Amino acid sequence: MADRLFAWSMSTCAFLVVLSLLWVLGDVVTEGLPHISWTFLFSAPENAGRAGGIAPILVSTFWILLIALVVALPIGLSVAVWLSEFAPVNSRFANNTGIVLDILAGVPSIVYGLFGNAFFSIYLGMGFSLLSGGLTLACMILPIFVRTCESGLRAVNNDWRRGALSLGMTKSAAIWHIILPGARPALVAGLILGLGRATAETAALLYTSGYVDRMPGSLLDSGRALSVHIYDLSMNVTGGDTAAYASALVLVILIMTLSILAQGMVDRWFKRRLVVS
Amino acid sequence: MKMKAVNNRSDQNVRMVLVVLASSTALLLAMIIAFLFGESWPLFAHIWNDGQWGDLLQNNGWYPLEGHFGMMPMILSSLAVTVGALVVALPLGLGSAIFLQFYATPVLAKGFGTLLNLLAGIPSVVFGLWGLTRLVPMIAQWQPPGASLLAAVLVLSLMILPTIALTSSAALSGVPSDITAGGKALGLRRMTRIVHISLPAARSGIISGALLATARALGETMAVLMVAGNVVQNPSGLFEPVRVLTANIALEMAYAMDVHRASLFASGLLLTALVWFLSWGAHRMTKSQVKEHSHG
Amino acid sequence: MNKRSQATYTDKTVPYTLGEIEQGAPCCIPEPVLRIQDLSVGYGNKTVLSRVSLDIHKGCITALIGPSGCGKTSFLSTLNRLTDHHEDARVSGHILFDGVDLLHDRVDTLKLRRRIGMIFQKPNPFPLSIWRNLDLPLKEHGVRERKVRQHKIEKALRDVGLWEEVSDRLDTSALSLSGGQQQRLCIARALVLEPEILLMDEPCSALDPLSSGVVEELIMRLSGRYTVVIVTHNLAQARRVANYAGFFWMTERVGTLVEFGQCQHLFETPTHELTAAYISGVRG
Repeated sequence: MADRLFAWSMSTCAFLVVLSLLWVLGDVVTEGLPHISWTFLFSAPENAGRAGGIAPILVSTFWILLIALVVALPIGLSVAVWLSEFAPVNSRFANNTGIVLDILAGVPSIVYGLFGNAFFSIYLGMGFSLLSGGLTLACMILPIFVRTCESGLRAVNNDWRRGALSLGMTKSAAIWHIILPGARPALVAGLILGLGRATAETAALLYTSGYVDRMPGSLLDSGRALSVHIYDLSMNVTGGDTAAYASALVLVILIMTLSILAQGMVDRWFKRRLVVS
Repeated sequence: MKMKAVNNRSDQNVRMVLVVLASSTALLLAMIIAFLFGESWPLFAHIWNDGQWGDLLQNNGWYPLEGHFGMMPMILSSLAVTVGALVVALPLGLGSAIFLQFYATPVLAKGFGTLLNLLAGIPSVVFGLWGLTRLVPMIAQWQPPGASLLAAVLVLSLMILPTIALTSSAALSGVPSDITAGGKALGLRRMTRIVHISLPAARSGIISGALLATARALGETMAVLMVAGNVVQNPSGLFEPVRVLTANIALEMAYAMDVHRASLFASGLLLTALVWFLSWGAHRMTKSQVKEHSHG
Repeated sequence: MNKRSQATYTDKTVPYTLGEIEQGAPCCIPEPVLRIQDLSVGYGNKTVLSRVSLDIHKGCITALIGPSGCGKTSFLSTLNRLTDHHEDARVSGHILFDGVDLLHDRVDTLKLRRRIGMIFQKPNPFPLSIWRNLDLPLKEHGVRERKVRQHKIEKALRDVGLWEEVSDRLDTSALSLSGGQQQRLCIARALVLEPEILLMDEPCSALDPLSSGVVEELIMRLSGRYTVVIVTHNLAQARRVANYAGFFWMTERVGTLVEFGQCQHLFETPTHELTAAYISGVRG
């Protein structure tokens, strides 16, 4: 009897969780979907976003993400390569780098926002701009990107490393031509994960990229990211809820597409590794 | 002895470049800390001059424009919201994890897991939007004004539910099967096996996941900002509006100057310290779980 | 120079001439290309191989036999300095190759490994196309002209008997080949650099009997043109392919070379009782 009651209550927990989360998701879809159209996606917001579309916001989001990507990708990948391929096992420096990355991963996003505002916007004089927003996000996604890439690189077949070395190839050549391509799906997955994180971010952007909803003219212009747009519509614009839901749906679809892509990459990779070994 | 891992010139160069880039992560951390300290320095100087250190933590109120920086109400609100979210999310998340690991059919488990993974990626601003337009009006009908500690707790618990469920389920699945098989061999009932064998064995993994979720809740800005009402006061009731530390930063950075701005950076520093403390705890827990298992 | 202390191997080997070798490839001039002297290998504070001395003769196949864990693979990977990449590896002794001690610090390991290639137990073709697998090492060693590379690649593939099998699908992934083909591709990849010595670490043990036979045949065809050092657990295989054989054994948890000499000699009239026991299947 108690056993059955226990089973029943556990299932209820799961059911409640699924139900409430589906409720949120369902609301976003039912409220947002009717409002989405080509004009919504491709026209500028009017009347503080109550009417019109989100074209400039999508463009700003794209630029911010691109900057974050362009900065975080080479640095993150290099750090990951160093950690997995060059750093001696048990070296103090490597261990400390790992700890630093974990600490960075734990910094709340609003604090990244504070840092970005103080450093990029004011100290470096970039002001509220796509550039300072993108750079702030680059800092934010760097630790998670490094960690994913590192584990991907470490999972690369060790036989390939030995093979390359025994052919008299330099370590760098082996990494460039064999290890990195071999770990590519994991690297892509890490990238998409970081991108998803960046796309979802609001707090770090409020005081770095700003919330001007015009089409940005240059990277030093302020631009409003999609998530900031949702925040502004729902908090500061009465009657902006419908547009907010529509933007939220666009954001959710964007992020889910990214995470499904990442999942697919990882799955494919594991399958291929199984076939190989 | 004679051995050097790298004896090639170009490898040596690549290595140097990578070492420099790897150090840049440490530089980033140092800069974050330096800027947080540097920017909050005016506040410390201000308080030093006034000699009223107690003001920071006492309840003289948050009137930044008049030079009163009593953060205590916001610290308490942050803690209240976080603890509340944990109280709601922990049993539900743990229950879901148990369901996922012990009761769900494989197909159901896979579907449930995928759903949880997807939901873990929903942006906080979307949860905030939903809370603001659905939850707050519902609470308002019952107990105005609606935007309240309760709303913040509920939205936040929804946000951390997937995290708790996923980490707990991973911890449960990591329990070595010989431990659970022993219980089976003794003819223990399923519930007894789960409660008295599996859960204790997965304890540190579950706690570590919960601590990570706590850190996330504490550091969350948008969702709470959008539903909590943002009145600076001690959290005195579930239906009272509150303002948490993160929300305060987001709200006041727009116009904060001088010492006021410094106080916001100081609260950022405090927040970061709290979150690091929690992550450190989680880290310790994960380590101890590994140890337990290797000894078991 | 002449401190061959551990092994019972003495200059006895020299008087044997070609005519007396029935097994293995016909050509084998006893001219040492690698002189290993007093080689010890350890990882951390654990010694895995102690004071090994032996000569590897040019154009011959030298088989190293013995139970697992007695340091044969470690021995092999010191010969092309792969041990460098083991962080806590300690190597002492001398390996004379072309007049220099290849264990010396200033030896260019990249050039060394071009001259001393290595094949591993598990086929490890790179996750690239068949063509790229051979093309990449050539490019890395500065062979610029495409024509030259093309020629060398075709030659290497013909040498291992893969050309007919794969010439129409050089652009497909090397991982799509069968296990035996993959191993032959790895051999071709080593051959394309035109090495002098090939080190083979149980090249057949991960293959099915049929492919194993093909690879074994290939190894025999390679002798004469290349010097081959092969580690194998398969005594019959060692007997079939090798001109010289060395027997490794664990003494007090440390690998040592017990006996070294002509293959036939070692198998038929072993001088050490451990060797006799091992090859007759009594021990090991």
